[in-house]
Amino acid sequence: MGMSKTGRFSWYYFSSPQSFYPLAGVLQPWFAGLAVALCAVGLYISFFVAPTDATQGDAYRIIFIHVPAAWMSMFLYLVMGFWSGVGLVLNTRLSSMVATALAPTGALFTFIALWTGALWGKPTWGTWWVWDARLTSELILLFLYIGFMALQAAIDDQRRADKAGAVLALVGVINIPIIYFSVKWWSTLHQGASVSMTSAPTMAKTMLLGMLIMALGFWMYSIAATLARVRCVILERERHTDWVAAEIGGQS
Amino acid sequence: MNWGSWQNFLAMGGYGLYVWGSYAVTLVVLIAEIVALIARRRGVIERLAKYYAARRRNHETEA
Repeated sequence: MGMSKTGRFSWYYFSSPQSFYPLAGVLQPWFAGLAVALCAVGLYISFFVAPTDATQGDAYRIIFIHVPAAWMSMFLYLVMGFWSGVGLVLNTRLSSMVATALAPTGALFTFIALWTGALWGKPTWGTWWVWDARLTSELILLFLYIGFMALQAAIDDQRRADKAGAVLALVGVINIPIIYFSVKWWSTLHQGASVSMTSAPTMAKTMLLGMLIMALGFWMYSIAATLARVRCVILERERHTDWVAAEIGGQS
Repeated sequence: MNWGSWQNFLAMGGYGLYVWGSYAVTLVVLIAEIVALIARRRGVIERLAKYYAARRRNHETEA
């Protein structure tokens, strides 16, 4: 696997849907297992190791899913934008399929970030929702994901659907720095960045640890879900090929 | 972190509704995605199996 005809390892080998399909099938359970293990450890730390917050009480425990979900919502969009761009420029089919497979998981994490944010906002700010820059730009992110999926679903010609989706995804990338820096650029109820590269952590070490492990767990989950979905997308889009016919023939 | 009792754990210092509301919906969303992915894979395989069977039949009648 991964060897070219000359016997040298080649990344290009995996850029074909036919060779990526079995690789994704092998990797998927490992990422799923890692996700379960990391989330189990993360949840244990979140509820049984991390202390009660001095100012927010136990309401702060929403942070262990809110921040990782918000990170994934932005990160998955960047990954989706990247593969959309690669598909647009290099016309590689697998890149577009990966972008398509990322969108639903990204949308779900965006929804989770918004939902947990509302449930955290009510007890701490006294409101479920405010139309400030951070919350509004995150809501726009949800609409970008939904728009990307709707646009691709609405166009019958696959190549045109990929191209249209890629243009929308790439234009929408501008929203990511707006979300991230919104708490600096505009006055807002929302607190600043939870983790900063430039300053010492302000959170208790166990709180930070729980949050980072949950983020890793969500990351592994996203990879597992995307690999599972891209395998479905590959089968659907490559159904006219002999190898998919052989693959399905062997399945049933 | 020692909660002392299940009641205390579920109460979350009075924020139980918000904390568990967040975790429960997250869990439901992720499980729904997993179920949908399993169903999609089954559906794709079933549909394609029918598609190939129909194609084989067409080839046989043409020949």
